[in-house]
Amino acid sequence: MANSLASMLEAKNGGGSCSELAATLKNTLDYDQLTNCMRCGFCLPACPTFRETGIEAESPRGRIALMKAVADGLMDPDYAFETQMNHCLGCRACEPACPADVKYGQLLEQARDSVERHTVNHRWWVKLARKTAFDGVFPHQGRMRFLGGALQAYQRSGLRKLVRGSGLLKLFPKHMEQMERILPDASYRGVLEQMGSLHRAAGERVGTVGLFRGCIMDVLFTETNKHTVELLNAAGFDVVIPDTQNCCGALHAHSGEQAGAKELAKRNIAAFRAAGVDWIVSNAGGCGALLVEYDHLLHDEPEWAEGAAWFAKRTLDVSKLLVEHGRLQASAAAAVAAGKTQATAPSCGGSCGSGISFASADKVRITYQDSCHLRNVMRSPEAPRKLMRSVANAEFVELYESDRCCGSAGIYNLTQPDMAGQILDHKMDHVKRTEAHYLLTSNPGCLLQMKLGIEKHGMSGRMQAVHLVDFLHERLCKTEH
Amino acid sequence: MLHDTVKSKLRAIVGDRWFKDDPESLITHSYDGTPMLQSLPDGVIYPENTAQVSAIMKVLQEHRAPVVSRGSGTNLCGGTVPVEGGIVMVMHRMNRILEVDLENLTATVQPGLITKQFSTHVEGLGLFYPPDPGSMAISTIGGNIAECSGGLRGLKYGTTKDYVIGLEAVLANGEIIRTGGKLMKDVAGYDLTKLLVGSEGTLAVITEATLKLIPPPKTKKTMLAMYKDLYGAARTVSKIIENRIIPATLEFLDNPTIRVVDDFAKLGLPLDMDAILLIEQDGDPETVERDIALIADICRSENAERVSIAANDEEGLKLMTARRSAFTALARLRPTTILEDATVPRSKIAEMVLAINEIAARHQVTICTFGHAGDGNLHPTATTDARDKDEIHRVEQAFEEIFEAAIQLGGTITGEHGVGLVKAPYLEWKIGAAGIEMMRGIKLAFDPNNILNPGKMFAKASRKRVVLRHG
Repeated sequence: MANSLASMLEAKNGGGSCSELAATLKNTLDYDQLTNCMRCGFCLPACPTFRETGIEAESPRGRIALMKAVADGLMDPDYAFETQMNHCLGCRACEPACPADVKYGQLLEQARDSVERHTVNHRWWVKLARKTAFDGVFPHQGRMRFLGGALQAYQRSGLRKLVRGSGLLKLFPKHMEQMERILPDASYRGVLEQMGSLHRAAGERVGTVGLFRGCIMDVLFTETNKHTVELLNAAGFDVVIPDTQNCCGALHAHSGEQAGAKELAKRNIAAFRAAGVDWIVSNAGGCGALLVEYDHLLHDEPEWAEGAAWFAKRTLDVSKLLVEHGRLQASAAAAVAAGKTQATAPSCGGSCGSGISFASADKVRITYQDSCHLRNVMRSPEAPRKLMRSVANAEFVELYESDRCCGSAGIYNLTQPDMAGQILDHKMDHVKRTEAHYLLTSNPGCLLQMKLGIEKHGMSGRMQAVHLVDFLHERLCKTEH
Repeated sequence: MLHDTVKSKLRAIVGDRWFKDDPESLITHSYDGTPMLQSLPDGVIYPENTAQVSAIMKVLQEHRAPVVSRGSGTNLCGGTVPVEGGIVMVMHRMNRILEVDLENLTATVQPGLITKQFSTHVEGLGLFYPPDPGSMAISTIGGNIAECSGGLRGLKYGTTKDYVIGLEAVLANGEIIRTGGKLMKDVAGYDLTKLLVGSEGTLAVITEATLKLIPPPKTKKTMLAMYKDLYGAARTVSKIIENRIIPATLEFLDNPTIRVVDDFAKLGLPLDMDAILLIEQDGDPETVERDIALIADICRSENAERVSIAANDEEGLKLMTARRSAFTALARLRPTTILEDATVPRSKIAEMVLAINEIAARHQVTICTFGHAGDGNLHPTATTDARDKDEIHRVEQAFEEIFEAAIQLGGTITGEHGVGLVKAPYLEWKIGAAGIEMMRGIKLAFDPNNILNPGKMFAKASRKRVVLRHG
């Protein structure tokens, strides 16, 4: 069947020579995973790009069929193939939907890695920007800091005002201009520089946590990192922030820069092993999803197998650590366990047991946009919800289709602005209907995208997007230990 | 191979954007949900309305070009694989609910509508559309109609054919016909509605459907009966029916299936049982209570080791999830999963299950069996690897014997998946040579040039081995 198909396609398209890219893809793609796809179509309803377009090639089943066709020598990976691989958000909502448990995310990374090694289709400035970002900036915390400082200077010096006033931004694509407006204030000094590396638990110690600070998180959301440390301390954890850790490598891995991702992974494993932690905690779903897959990332490097498994096994999201191991106050914990919509946590300063609870001063309505990677890869959709439901005086409303990607997807909203914008518009229609005061998220990319959506849809007067950690931190009630 | 003039005529009808013949589109329309089948079309077209479908068919008829109309391509009989090339017509753009008639309790929809979206919509209006194929989250109503899809509720509520009361369809020559309507009674001539339901895209392209809706059941209750005695489980199925009780769902899982389901879903299912029955009844609270109690008695009288009745909806859902995850769990065992659907009279379930096990053992292949026991509709499922040619050959031989066994027991080669490409060689076993001739005559009347889904349903050569025995 395969040979006859190849000749059919050749006849239909005047043939195709076997390119270098095709050869690389044949070597790189995991043929077992391609075979495991039984084409049942269960992934289709989960896929955002399929839903936006209704086109089979824009679905996981379609993309796997294309990869398999290349691996089988049925088609040469042309420009359309490259485009299609880049069109996927990588949200991996297809994976929980897949009966056969096909590792789609891994196939996508393998395909993108091959494409990146051979593509002639990127324009020179895209190549330069990628090279600068992936090799020059992300792997180096110092340079991230420097960029953060530069951004901070730009934001504080009045230059921003000048630039915005000058109309200079109009020279950039519209989505870049919008992005500039919602960027939070950057910081030159990250969590480590501001707080130091060791933070003791309040009261009896539950365990030691290594904080994965992230790179973008630490430059753009330093406060969130600080709040994470304080929340963890309050809930009974010693927190260590190893200073030799660096970028997780997720943006590399998802953009087809496997080698870069592996180097970063090794440095992180070494850093956290040296710190001797019980858990490694992340507050960014996008980072966390790669951290828990370090064992897969390094699967072909046996000398790293043990370290990678050690690392992957003990990495989890801050919300899950709090819910499963944190010292939550008895009544709050009961509310958490019961999954009540409105908890009856005592007011701040109450004396009913040790641990933390959350209470809002004003009655607020909150909703939540899942981080795809927290949900589909770390498989932890419940923990954030349990925490939100435990906040006294806050009403949690489920956002319709909160489990669907918001279109941020790493740098997707910059590289594929049309599709990202379309997905965001649909998302904001649902957000509007929640009439929430706070739209909470668990990942910096989603948070920025939600801020963008709120701005774009003129909702900034009545709603704000906030990281779940920041929201909880502000409503933290500590009791005596 | 499709001539460029045909392509440009098609482009003129739908616009450049909605006719595609690039390698990406051809590859991604060369398959459906059936394992190991693939064949490239010459082009893919996405019509927006009935007028476009009609215009497309006129062009294709003129040039004698084959066409396969297709929804989401989830079918399991190779029904939408374009084996003779030509055009794949994707109906996704025609996906609207045109009307829900609350006075007549009917809905009129376009074929590309996703089944689940439709049933959710009518449930929101306090109505019920019972057909629930396993693929309903993505399969389309048009695809359900073409294949006459079934599901877990077929026993009490029937399948798709019982809910389609009117159709609009485009014939091979581009003419548009309307059959039936919002009528509960209609005997004006041959029943073309019923004929088109399950015709697998070989007679016409369905462009609109009027569906019957019913009031939803008030309440439901779920139970699980566990057996160390396969016969006991099977006898229970017959006895429940004999006792004039028709459950909403009556599902069967054999031991290998129980094992993989539990390994996957960790539900604490009894691994030492030979079979379990999953039973659900719905309706008025008193009826449900009475039926469930009676069914539990019957189970016990037929040597059920344990009978457990779900205390609440949540527990019931957990049990139903066990059944629904059977396919999922089996799919994780080996790379290739071949799910078939041999069907026998309900009294022959036990014999059929034994026959399947015996045949699988003889051919040294793994076949797990689960299915809609209440309908007599079993899903013997082979877990195998398409790359192992020798094993695949043995699987094919085993399935051939399984179909033969089903026919011998007065059953059929397919209960809900359709004939398509996969079962075409066996169709004659079920309906006989005269039956095939009659069907060919009908096909000829609708589609004289054989352009609608050619190569399906009618095989070039039938398998002759079986001795037919009707009754």
